[in-house]
Amino acid sequence: MSGHFLHIDKLVMRFGGLTAVDNLSFVVEQGAIHGLIGPNGAGKTTTFNMISGFYRPTSGTVRLRDGVISGLPMHEVARRGVVRTFQHSTLFAELSVLDNVLVGTHMNFRPGIAAAIFGLDAEDRRGARARAEEALEFFGLLDFTGELAGELSHGHQRALGMAVAMAAQPDVILLDEPFTGMNPEETKRMMELMFKLRDSGITILLVEHDMHAIMGLCDRITVMSFGKLLAEGGPQEIRTHPDVIEAYLGGGRHVA
Amino acid sequence: MPRAVSHIAGWLGLAVLLIALPHALSFSQQEVLVFLTINVLLVASYRLLTLTGEWSLGHVVIMGVGAYASALYSKQLGIYVPVSIILGALTAVLVAMVLSYPLFRMKGFYFLIGSFAAGEIIRLLWKRFRDPFGGPKGIKKINPMPDLDIGVYSFDFFEPVSYYYFALAVVTLSLWVMWRIERSPVGLTFHAVHWQDKLAQSAGVDVRAYRTRAFMIASGFAGLSGALLAHYIGTINPNSFDVELMVFVLTWAIVGGTATFYGPILGCVVLSILNEVVLRELGFEQMRPFIYGLLLICSVLFLPNGLESVVQHIMRRRTNVQAAKASRAGDSARYNVEERTEP
Ligand SMILES: Nc1ncnc2c1ncn2[C@@H]1O[C@H](COP(=O)(O)OP(=O)(O)OP(=O)(O)O)[C@@H](O)[C@H]1O
Ligand SMILES: [Mg+2]
Repeated sequence: MSGHFLHIDKLVMRFGGLTAVDNLSFVVEQGAIHGLIGPNGAGKTTTFNMISGFYRPTSGTVRLRDGVISGLPMHEVARRGVVRTFQHSTLFAELSVLDNVLVGTHMNFRPGIAAAIFGLDAEDRRGARARAEEALEFFGLLDFTGELAGELSHGHQRALGMAVAMAAQPDVILLDEPFTGMNPEETKRMMELMFKLRDSGITILLVEHDMHAIMGLCDRITVMSFGKLLAEGGPQEIRTHPDVIEAYLGGGRHVA
Repeated sequence: MPRAVSHIAGWLGLAVLLIALPHALSFSQQEVLVFLTINVLLVASYRLLTLTGEWSLGHVVIMGVGAYASALYSKQLGIYVPVSIILGALTAVLVAMVLSYPLFRMKGFYFLIGSFAAGEIIRLLWKRFRDPFGGPKGIKKINPMPDLDIGVYSFDFFEPVSYYYFALAVVTLSLWVMWRIERSPVGLTFHAVHWQDKLAQSAGVDVRAYRTRAFMIASGFAGLSGALLAHYIGTINPNSFDVELMVFVLTWAIVGGTATFYGPILGCVVLSILNEVVLRELGFEQMRPFIYGLLLICSVLFLPNGLESVVQHIMRRRTNVQAAKASRAGDSARYNVEERTEP
């Protein structure tokens, strides 16, 4: 229909009297790193929640390759190729690092009960493990395989969250503030990994407050404020956009 | 591989012990041993259900569904008992599937209450419908297991020893199957659903389908334990599967601990032995619910991680640090193809 890859179309989300997202539309092109920014409470996480199927939008649609994905349950959205990470390190804290990533391989190696009992899933298990180790290696976590996820440092936990998502081999990955809790060194390394991730064919939609990272990474940036679209453009445009500067000064933040 | 050898020796030792055990017991103790064996299956199936994080209060009623179904199939339809036992278990699976539609719209506390209500409704149906359930008096003269001669051993199922061996074989096989499931990617998904259902969903896991699956499998084994019970005692009624038994199951699971596969089994065995050896000998039998309540409170207060934590502690002391590290690296044994199958 529209030919766009991920199309957010007039999304609205109301919580009682509060309109957290108000008639938001934008398009994410395939293979892009697309930033979604805005002051605290602008509605970025709410937008993610609607795209990923965690919330059902009050109105509006999300389309992936012309198929409507809004309103589907989260696991269905994931199966169509859109996988998210969570703003706060959401992990299986009680499980080992490897087991966390193995859960990420669920879609590609669908476990079966009968096969498990009779030991007929050896090949799948081997494949899942290889995929999981690949994702761990990508994010430099291979040394922590046996540790409990809850015992990792904050930066490593963020990386593990992304490794879980990557193990699912999505077409689009939604990252909600992946750089929080990372020191500048880790942030720099993570930015390189994001480019690598993009080059491997994964489209990235990124919410982040670290302006240095956003400006360095994104091909295109959508700015939200109070639930509404404020501006959109390349990093250069956004950096100098008067409305954006105004919104961030008003919100007490500076555009780098 | 001395480790593997010692493991095989351990399992062989346990097998010999379990086979020889009834011959060291009195007739009434042998009967208790049969009940204990059946209860081990019941409590182990309960743990499988709790893997996804939901605690049901309807589990013993599901056990009863297996018992009623198998009793009726054999009595009314004349189905060969071993077959009716299997059909009884499958009926429990089916009932669980139907119940899962309303129940898994709820979570946590609501699920707990919902499962209790569902169980009470089923018990009410048993009481209300004299035909075929026999009303409050239940079903009497349930067909026993037919005698069986397998060459090495001739089963006379009126003898507790015979029935014990039969139950032991069924329970062992069931435990093995549950163990295989738990250690598989399916089991990992159960754990994932328990610890972070949102993250599991974002990895494409259909959380509700997995909760339903765990519920159905657990119910099947609970139904199997009920069928085993029915054809042993010969009489069942709605009160055979009441809240009191549910409280015992909960007590076994909590006192034993549910973090490991063997925890609830340990709780069941230890408390049953305590019950028989101490309470009955001392004539405290009537106070069983009271004593169980007390034990439950004490274990929550003083042993919050259950008896299993004591075992883990002892094991950890025995194994040196290096071995512990090695086993940790192989934590995801479920994805090793050359899988070790011991707990
Ligand atoms: N489940 C909810 N119920 C009610 N209000 C909500 C809910 N979720 C979010 N909100 C409100 O919606 C608005 C947008 O919140 P959202 O979390 O999307 O912002 P954000 O842009 O992600 O902010 P931050 O940068 O702080 O993460 C806020 O005012 C928030 O309080
Ligand atoms: Mg947010």
